[in-house]
Order: sequence, then structure tokens, then C-alpha cells
Amino acid sequence: MSSNTIAIPALQVEEKPWIDTLHEWVTTVDHKRLGILYIVYGLMFLVVGGVEALIIRVQLMHSHNDFVSPQVFNRMFTMHGTTMIFFMVMPVLFGFANYLVPLMIGARDMAFPRLNAFSFWLTAFGGILLYFSFFGGSGLYGAGNAPDVGWWAYAPLGARAFSPGHSSDYWTLSLLASGFGSIGTAINIIATVLCMRCPGMKLGRMPLLVWLYLVMGGMVLIAITPLSAAQIMLLIDRYLGGHFFDTQAGGSAVLWMHFFWIFGHPEVYILVIPAFGFLSEIIPVFSRKPIFGYPVMVAATVAIGLVSTSVWAHHMFTVGMNSYANSFFAITTMAVGIPTGIKIFNWIGTMWGGRIQFKVPMLFCIGFLFQFLIAGLTGIIQATVPVDWQLTLSYFVVAHFHYVIVGGILFATFGAFYYWYPKVTGRMLSERLGKWHFWLFFIGFHMTFDVMHIPGLLGMPRRIYTYEPGRGWDTLNLIVSIGAAIQAIAILVFAWNLVISYFKGAKAGNDPWDAWTLEWSTSSPPPVYNFATVPAVASRRPLWDLKHPEDPDSQYE
Amino acid sequence: MSAAAISIPGIQQPWNLPYRGKVAMASLIIAESAIFTIFVVAYLFYIGKSLTGPTPREVLETPIFFTICLLSSSLTIHYAGKFLQRGKRGAFLSLWSLTVVLGGLFLFGTGLEWRRLIYEHGLTISTNLFGTTYYSLVGLHAFHVTVGILMLAIVAIFAFAGRVGAEHSRRVEVLSLYWHFVDAVWVVVFTVVYVLGR
Amino acid sequence: MQRVKNTIRTALHSLVFLFCWMSRAAAADFSTTVPTNIFSPQSTPARSIFHLSMFVLTITGIIFAVVCTLLVYSLSKFRASSANANSEPAQVYGSTQIELAWTIIPVLIVVVLFLATTRVLHAIQDAPMPANALQVTVIGHQFWWEYRYPQLGVVTANELHIPVSDPAHPMPTFLQLLSADTDHSFWIPELAGKTDLVPNHPNRMWMDPEHSGIFIGQCAQYCGTQHAKMLLRVSVDTPDDFAEWVREQRRTAVADERVAAGRQVFEATACVNCHSINGTMANGRFGPDLTHLMSRTTIAAGAALNTPENLRLWIQNPDAIKRGSLMPAMQLSKSDLDALMGYLETLR
Repeated sequence: MSSNTIAIPALQVEEKPWIDTLHEWVTTVDHKRLGILYIVYGLMFLVVGGVEALIIRVQLMHSHNDFVSPQVFNRMFTMHGTTMIFFMVMPVLFGFANYLVPLMIGARDMAFPRLNAFSFWLTAFGGILLYFSFFGGSGLYGAGNAPDVGWWAYAPLGARAFSPGHSSDYWTLSLLASGFGSIGTAINIIATVLCMRCPGMKLGRMPLLVWLYLVMGGMVLIAITPLSAAQIMLLIDRYLGGHFFDTQAGGSAVLWMHFFWIFGHPEVYILVIPAFGFLSEIIPVFSRKPIFGYPVMVAATVAIGLVSTSVWAHHMFTVGMNSYANSFFAITTMAVGIPTGIKIFNWIGTMWGGRIQFKVPMLFCIGFLFQFLIAGLTGIIQATVPVDWQLTLSYFVVAHFHYVIVGGILFATFGAFYYWYPKVTGRMLSERLGKWHFWLFFIGFHMTFDVMHIPGLLGMPRRIYTYEPGRGWDTLNLIVSIGAAIQAIAILVFAWNLVISYFKGAKAGNDPWDAWTLEWSTSSPPPVYNFATVPAVASRRPLWDLKHPEDPDSQYE
Repeated sequence: MSAAAISIPGIQQPWNLPYRGKVAMASLIIAESAIFTIFVVAYLFYIGKSLTGPTPREVLETPIFFTICLLSSSLTIHYAGKFLQRGKRGAFLSLWSLTVVLGGLFLFGTGLEWRRLIYEHGLTISTNLFGTTYYSLVGLHAFHVTVGILMLAIVAIFAFAGRVGAEHSRRVEVLSLYWHFVDAVWVVVFTVVYVLGR
Repeated sequence: MQRVKNTIRTALHSLVFLFCWMSRAAAADFSTTVPTNIFSPQSTPARSIFHLSMFVLTITGIIFAVVCTLLVYSLSKFRASSANANSEPAQVYGSTQIELAWTIIPVLIVVVLFLATTRVLHAIQDAPMPANALQVTVIGHQFWWEYRYPQLGVVTANELHIPVSDPAHPMPTFLQLLSADTDHSFWIPELAGKTDLVPNHPNRMWMDPEHSGIFIGQCAQYCGTQHAKMLLRVSVDTPDDFAEWVREQRRTAVADERVAAGRQVFEATACVNCHSINGTMANGRFGPDLTHLMSRTTIAAGAALNTPENLRLWIQNPDAIKRGSLMPAMQLSKSDLDALMGYLETLR
């Protein structure tokens, strides 16, 4: 399989001084480098957020523990949530988008390379600003501290009266900055996908990952902005004497909740839709069949994107909306489960009749399928509103959403790492270490998050730094904490794999998985210009057509 | 290593995709619309809920003249673009500059109104819910007008130096799109604040 | 159907019992709390929720079993083997009939689930308040609960007393939920689903406990530093016990000359800024009403047992019991504290 590159004789490649390399990386506008920067940034915050989670779990290991004070604990869960969502998952997903989307559509770069760089650095600044709060939170007159109002910063807890000092301002400003960075990247993704596809790549021939990032980009535009608006309102309340959420002046705490969740719910779909994209690329290749029902998968994704903007108040079933509003959000929440379920069936349909290879990327995808199914079902359980009146705000819902984000999104992302690492670095990740990573993480994940549902059923609310011994939660919490430690070890194995394989991994070649989309036609890593000549395609799987000229997809589509 | 391209023969039609500047500006407009929607929702939700202080009926005066200025600036910028497409640089610069002036007049009008509200009626952003929502919504819009004027002014400066021609039509059109958006938002804000809110 | 429900219920109870037994070993000698469980309803709202949860668990359980079976089957039947590894399988692109089938079936499931949901939702949320209902106003504070009984003229804090409700002649308790500061949430799993206390947004909930006893819960909406120790303790009393309790609570504070010195300390220090004692000049509203402090089993919203040692500690160094609570350390001299304690112990 020849690749679309221009050969450069070895003699012409010189060793560069490290400072020049560093300068290149800092000033780069190349989508591949920015993609890597995003991903490395996200991985660093995976570790930071993970340490915060471990602190939480050590404190909750048994009742009346005093590993940390209540003040520190409250900062830990606030920072853990904020970090993982905004500075781990979002950057990693934007990193994959940056790296893969231009390659998959046969383009040279993103539509706006400088906007791309600006958006990355804005997001990066946001994360650093958030963590600066540990030093600067209370201003000059006291030791600083980080925000402790929960990652939702419910009114009026975020108001000046209940949140003195600047800790909440760091939360607000860092998310405003990274929010604008996200919007910039979303604009870039949309413009790239709509305007930069290679000849022949009609919208119906794009890889599903590209479709999913297009929908995700659209959702970022309309979901992140309500949070930005609400945060501007919060700043007006805190600094200009405004009354948006000032209940003493007739303002409404519930209005903040609406604005937050109008952002918050689509946000979790923004996080999961790229994970769906990873699955839609990996499962076909390791089942040796095309994705089952491509048009339905596109339609289901668009449906999920649209319907998910109408479910937000299912986070507010206990707030006191009237029964008609509660019913409305119940039906929309159940409805969004339908296209989601259809996707699961289509992935199984892809595997059905295939020749499944249990390589590490596929293992993680299978984990996703099992776990996302369970997560979706516990979601449906909570959509039955009266049951949610018991389950919400308890450890049941904490278990549910970690099932989605860790058991679903993180598993799919690990799969994506193992699948595309060869393309990015030219080396294969170790299968052996990958299997250790998978099984350790799988065991730790289930030990933690399966068991975590039970304290919720037994009445344990969330966001408590300690609990009474007579409630029967001690042993359960201990098991949950041990599972967390096992997951931490698995992450260390993963990190080691990433590093050691860079130096010692088997050479990957252009197309180690025998895959079918355009990125596998370039060298590994691709040249800086991606494609020496612009590709032209006639089907959804251009490399399949080239490898099977007697039976190309183009005659069936 | 040979340099074979991935190419499937048989692509007949010319391959035309939308202009990325327009797509990007449309996306930005969608995002900005979402921000404005939230501020409008807050304004509507809090109509009549202030516990104290001046009410809209007592203090608001409908800014008809300045609204006409802003809305007609959409016309001037539209025709400016048309002239530029046909290469008529002089007409373009005149109409473009007129757009800037009309936008500036609108901002001046907003400033006058705010001065009256603050000094004659004691209405500030911290007075009551009406004050908070009014200044935030109108202020957010005025901020967007200001940014728009700055960008239009930059183009005007380059046009004045003879550097803007028909070949820049597409880019100029992207800016026009933004300006039309700002005007459309004013139609909504005007309706909500001066018509519905009283 | 009933047998299925009973089987599931027994299984769940066994599981809960097993876990509780396992954690008893770790429990302290004293415990003011007991295990709670959303699957042990003791009141109509909790019971309706329990039945609905059994229904939805059955449906989702079936979906899980079916999809899991398909998944496991496809993984084992269609794995690559050395025999077929070198050729590609049939490249199937999709099937309209299958897509229709697995769209329509979920739609039907959703319709059924939604109808069940909305029926129970309305029944609980829109239940009319009968004329004989007991009304209690609950006001959430950082980090304690205020209870006012408007029909009975009773004001108390942290430990709620309500009458048991005989299913033959129901006498439910309707709670109006308000907040003095941030958001809170009232959650007693065995009596009802939780409802939030939101400032400037009054809410309503109700319960009709079938058996007398103590019911435990706690605040479920993060409200600040000591959210974790804003515990709930509901005493469901027999009608006679309840009437007795109301009588006691309506009395003004005992005026005992022997503890006049202690009362002086109370009235002369900052205590009166926050606390009320009926029948004295103390009418602070920021902190709990102390008129009948000694009638409560716990102090600091359940954070400690109501013993003289704990009460002393709470006054001198509240951070030792509930770090970050809004009770200030009173910094009293030993003699003042002794006198004050003598006074407080008369507030039965």
C-alpha cells in the first residue's frame, strides 16, 4: 500500500536544538500538533482530577473519618468535577477532533489554524487560572482557596453573601475563558467539516466520527453559551450589585438551575457523542464489516443532539416544578433513550456476522457497550420521576453518571488511544500492557461503581464529607474506595504504556489495523502537509475500495 | 516510496463547498443568539417581579429615532456590499462609513438614555430586578454594537487607503452578516424591553 | 406479579441486611442513626414510589438481559478464528426492517413507562390536602432545621414530631418547605421522596407514616460546609404521645429561681442574638429555638447526642463537633458556663 507522501532523503533531516523544538510547539498552528497538545493537557488533568477523587475516597472510606477537613473535602469534589469535565474530557475530545477530522476528510488542516491555536491556549489558560485559586482564592487578606460550591455553583451559594473571597470567581472566570475556547474550536470544526472535504466526499460519505464531531460542534455552540451567559450574570451579581439570583431582592435560585442545566445536560451529550464516534470507527474495523445502518446512525445522532436540548430539567425534579413540567421532562428524557438505544443495537449489528478480533481497542469498546447499556438503563430508571425523588442527589446518581463518563466515555477514549496512537507516533502500544490496563481498570471500575449504587439506595446523599456509623454505609464505601485505588493503578499502567511504547513499541506502518478511512492512507506519523495530492473518494470506505477493487463499496452506496 | 494519490476516477461534477468564512460567522451568530436568548429569558421572567424601585412604565422612553438609525444601517451596509462586488469602491466607502456613523449614533443614543435613567430616575444595575435585567440586556447588545463598529472602522481605514476591492467582497460580506445579526438582536431587545415589558 | 415483587423485595432486603450486618462491626457503640432504605416504605408516597420502582426495575432488567445476551452471543459466535481469519465476512450495510423493529419496540416501552410515571407523579405531587392534615412549616437554615406548627402554635428545631396516620382514618402531615438562606433538601427515604427547600420558592410535600417510631434522614442538597451534618430525625408518635408532646412544646420555659444566674448569663451574652426562649426576652431567629432544648435526643442537627458533655463542648468549641457551623465559640468563663449549663438543663 503506497502512501500519499513526498519522499525526503534522510540526509536532509537535521537535529534541532531543543529550544527550537519547544518554540515550534508553542507557536504551532498545525492541527496535528494542537491535537497532541490538547490530549497531553487533558491527560495531565486526568491525573490531577484523579488525585482529587482519591482524596475524596480516602476520606469516605469509613464513617467519621478525618483525613481532610470539611472545607478541603468540599473543594475536592468541586474541583474534581470541574476539572474532569472542562479540563480533562473536553480537551481530550477536542484533541482527537483536531488530529483526526482534517485527516479523515482529506484536508490539509482545519479551516482556521490560528483560531485553532488561540482556542487551545485560551482553554489551557482557563485550567491554569482555576488551579491558581488554590493560591489566590481569598485575595490578599487570607490564604487562598479553591472553589467549594460544587461544579454547579447553585445560587445563592455562589453569591457574595455565601461565597466570600474570590474562590467562586476563579470558577466563573476560568470556565468563561475555556468556554470561549471551546466555542472557537466548535466553529472551527463546523467550518472544516462543511467547507474542507476532499472531492467526492459528500456529507453521506464522511466517516461517522466526522459526522459526530459536526453534531458535537453544533451542540457546543448552543450549550456552552447559556453557561457563559449565566456566569456573566453571576459576575454582575457579585461585582455590580445585580440581583439576577438574589433571592432577597425577588431573584430566583431556580432560574440559575434552569440556565445551568440548559448547559449541563447537552454538555454530557457533547462529551458522549465523540465517544460514540470512536466506537463507530473502531468496532467496524475489528469486526471486519462496515457499520450497520450508517444513515440511521447519522439520523440517531442528530436526533440525540436535538432531543437532548429538551431534557435539562430532569436534574431538577425535586426543585418544585409543577407536575406538568415534571411530566414533560420525563417524556423527553425517556425519548432521548430511544435513538441512544438504536445506536447500541447498530453496534451489535455491526459485530453480528463479523470476524471479531479482540485487540485492545476492541476490548475497550466492548466494555463501553456493556457499561453504557447499564448507564442508560439507570438513566431510564431515574426518568421515572417519583423514583428520581428518592434517587436524585444521592450516591445512586453519582454512580449513574460515573458509569456514563468513566464506564462509557473514558473506556471509549482509551480504545481511541490504542487505535490511533500508532498513527500519531508511528509505534504500536504494547498489547500486553494494554490488556493489563483494560482488565485492572475494568475490575476497579466495577468494584467502585457497581457497589456505589447501593449507598444511594440506602439513603446516602452526595457531597457529604462524612457520615454516621449507624447508617450501614461503612463497608460499601470501603469497597468503593478500594476499587478507586485499583483504577489508579490501571491508569499508571496506561501512562507507562504511552511512554515506553513511544521508544520501544513495534513500528506501526501506515495501516496497522487494515482499516478503511483516509487517515490510514498517510504515513505514521503523517507528514506535516497530510496529503501530497488531494484525495478524491467515491464511497464511505475509500481504502476498502482500493483494497477490494473487485467489490468496492461505491457500487452499493 | 512512491507518491500515489488516493484517487477514484469518475468524479464528474465540480466540487463546490460553502465559503468557510460565512460558515464560521453563521456558527458564531448561532452561539451569540444562544447567549442573548438567555438574557432575554431572564428579562421576560423578571418582568413585574421587582420588589422596589422604578418600573419600566415610569421611566422608559421608546428610542424611535436611534432605532431607525441602527436598522437603516443594515440597509446601508447591504448596499455597500453590493457596490463593492461591482468594484465601485467610492460608493462602497461612502455607504460603509455611513453605516459606522449610524451605528455610532445608536450608541450615543443609548448613552443618552442611560444618563437620563441614572441621574433623573436613579435607576442603576443594582437598583432592582428591572435595573439589573435592563442594563445587562441592553448593555450586552451595546457591547456587540461597539465591537461591530470597531471592526467596521478597521475595514473603513483600509478602504480609505485604497486597499479594499471587489476581491475582498466575500470577507466584507462576513462582517455584514455580523452587523445584520446585531440589528436583528436589537429588534428582539426592542420588542421585549419597550413593547412587551411595559 | 405480586410474587415477583415479593421475591425481589425479599432479595433486596436480604442484601441490605447483609450489608448492614457487615457494617455493624464497624459501627460505634453509640449511634443516633439507623439504617434507611428506599425499599422499606412506611408511608403512602414512599410506597407508591416503591411499586413504581419495582415496575421500572423489571422492565429495565428485561432489557438488560436481552441486550446482554445478544452482546455476549455475538462476541462468542462471531469471533475471528484461525480458520476464517484470512477472509472478510459478508459486508452487510444495514436492514430497514430490523431498524424499524428496534425503534418501534423501545417507543412502546417508553409510552408504557411514561404513563405509569405520570400517574404516580400526579397522585403524589397533586394530592389535595385534607382538612384534618397536620401542617408544619419547615425552614431550612445553614445547617439546621426550623419547624413551625401554625395550627398549634409550636416552634421547635431539628427533631420533628408528627402523628402516626392510621390507614383507616388517614391524618397525613403536609410540610411547607422554605429556606432562610441557600438550597436544602428534605429527605427521609422511608417516608417520602425528597423535596428541595429553595429560598423565595415555597415547596410542599406530604407523608402519612403507618407506624410509629424514629425515622432518619438528612439534607440532600449541598448547602455549604456542614451540609453533611444537617441530619433529620422524625419521631412518628401515637396520637396520645403526639398530643402530649404538643402540650409540652407549647408551655413557656420553666422559670426556676435556682438557675437565675445561668439565665442571666444567657440573656447578657450574645446567645440572645440568635436564639429564642419562650417566656424570656430572648427572641433571636438566626439559630434554633431553645425553649425545650432538653426534649431533644440530639443537638447540632443530629451531629451529637444531647448530653451535658456534648452541650458544654458545643458552646465552648462548636468546631470540635461540627467544624464550619455558624455557632460561634462563646468563650465563657468556667463559672459562667457552669451556671449556663444549669439553666439550659431546665429547658425541658
